[in-house]
Amino acid sequence: MQYDVIVIGGGMVGAATAYGLAKQGQKVLVLDGEDLTLSASKANFGLVWVQGKGWDHAPYAQWCQIATNLWPELSDELKATQVDISYQRRGGFDFCINEQEWQERESMMSALWKNTDGMFEYEMLNHSKLKKMIPEISKSVIGASFSPQDGHVDPLALLQALCKAMQNLGVTYMGNCLVEAITPTHGEYVVKGAKGVFTAGKIVLCAGLANGQLGEQLGMNIPVVAERGQVLITERLKPFLKWPTLNVRQTAQGTVQIGDSHEDVGLNDGTTPEVLKQIAQRAVLMFPLLSSVHLVRAWGGLRILTPDGNPIYQQSTSNPGVFSVTCHSGVTLAAAHAGPLCDWILGDSYLPVIEQFSMDRFDV
Amino acid sequence: MFKVLDDNHEFDTQISFDGKDHLVPSNITVAAAALLIGVKSIRETPVTGAKRMPLCMMGVCYECLMKIDGVGNQRSCQTLVRQGMVIERQIGATEVEAEYYEA
Ligand SMILES: Cc1cc2nc3c(=O)[nH]c(=O)nc-3n(C[C@H](O)[C@H](O)[C@H](O)COP(=O)(O)OP(=O)(O)OC[C@H]3O[C@@H](n4cnc5c(N)ncnc54)[C@H](O)[C@@H]3O)c2cc1C
Ligand code: FES
Repeated sequence: MQYDVIVIGGGMVGAATAYGLAKQGQKVLVLDGEDLTLSASKANFGLVWVQGKGWDHAPYAQWCQIATNLWPELSDELKATQVDISYQRRGGFDFCINEQEWQERESMMSALWKNTDGMFEYEMLNHSKLKKMIPEISKSVIGASFSPQDGHVDPLALLQALCKAMQNLGVTYMGNCLVEAITPTHGEYVVKGAKGVFTAGKIVLCAGLANGQLGEQLGMNIPVVAERGQVLITERLKPFLKWPTLNVRQTAQGTVQIGDSHEDVGLNDGTTPEVLKQIAQRAVLMFPLLSSVHLVRAWGGLRILTPDGNPIYQQSTSNPGVFSVTCHSGVTLAAAHAGPLCDWILGDSYLPVIEQFSMDRFDV
Repeated sequence: MFKVLDDNHEFDTQISFDGKDHLVPSNITVAAAALLIGVKSIRETPVTGAKRMPLCMMGVCYECLMKIDGVGNQRSCQTLVRQGMVIERQIGATEVEAEYYEA
């Protein structure tokens, strides 16, 4: 057996998991796709976010609390890589532009509070309170929810830092090595990729949207759905926005990232003028000062969703030792993937909440 | 370093460059004017403060950003000089225009 664990996919989820496994002394190989293979990790919004996540599903709300509370520690560890990930946790806003949104938000936030046994911290701010914190906010915004637990990070730098950190711990990373076949033989797994054949006792599927096909080979029916989000980036501006918001955030280097859409367009990760226009209009409605700002880039990215939006952490029943890690919000969850999730993969004592993310929930 | 090839050009357009007045030919771009005047750098980058000069001169690289008539981050290679134009080096990131703040 060459490796203890082969992680298939080197996006945010694969890199965080491989890093965590290596921290626990495992000999790990990461097989990753090509530059143009679909990757949500290279297209996302960079929020490390709890607001709204898991308001209708307590285990997810709790898991996001665990992840975001472990985040400062992860951020400290990654400093050794010398990659500046610009992580900040000062709190974040989600705006309401009418009474109905306000009421829905309020009940969502209180559901989330209950789901976390009061661990989720938040405040509903009316327009005048909001304006004191963000003077640039437009009067069309009637109020906002604010959680001091929210934050953001430079997602590309994070991916780079995780890749560096795992390799510093001895993980072998192989890019341009799309996996074609995984076969069980004599209690281990043989993985055939574009650059060769490798064996390990454990396999972790972290190939994002490709987890569906890969799982099928091993008798796992992992339901993955793609959902497109388009994003805009402005020229660099002097700092004006101290906090991230769900749709607009100013990065540490001055650009403003504006998102995003929710589109069902299969595996098309392109952009469309109509949607970009809507995204820009909404941003200007919230921050009128953005109307004078130049846009420099736009892109589309595909979210990796499950039918109920919550992660799937599943060990194969027919092929024990094969794990599927399929989720949205891989940035937020990175610290949980690098920690508690690895305890579960290694079969140590682990947090019981992880069992709530098995696929059994879909077989009703 | 740079000179105008066509001797018939008249230096009839007055521009202000970082507070100093200069006469340059009409129908040239601000970036070309900067080269003609012989400035050493037209901007300092927002992240590291590195000094920069125009590069592609055809609108694609965004290296030539300057503050022109009070508006920051303008591509000087895509802007023609105009009588009385006020041109400043772009130092760091641009400021969002205060006049767009809602009352
Ligand atoms: C527009 C947008 C905004 C988002 N905003 C946020 C946010 O603000 N906060 C947040 O927490 N999350 C956000 N997300 C979600 C987040 O980006 C994803 O959850 C996360 O990136 C998923 O990481 P992943 O590693 O599972 O998948 P991916 O990044 O898709 O990585 C999959 C990897 O597997 C590789 N691969 C594929 N097939 C194979 C194969 N056969 N063999 C080997 N390798 C293979 C690919 O090359 C790729 O590197 C956003 C997503 C989008 C699209
Ligand atoms: S010099 Fe390249 S865009 Fe102006």
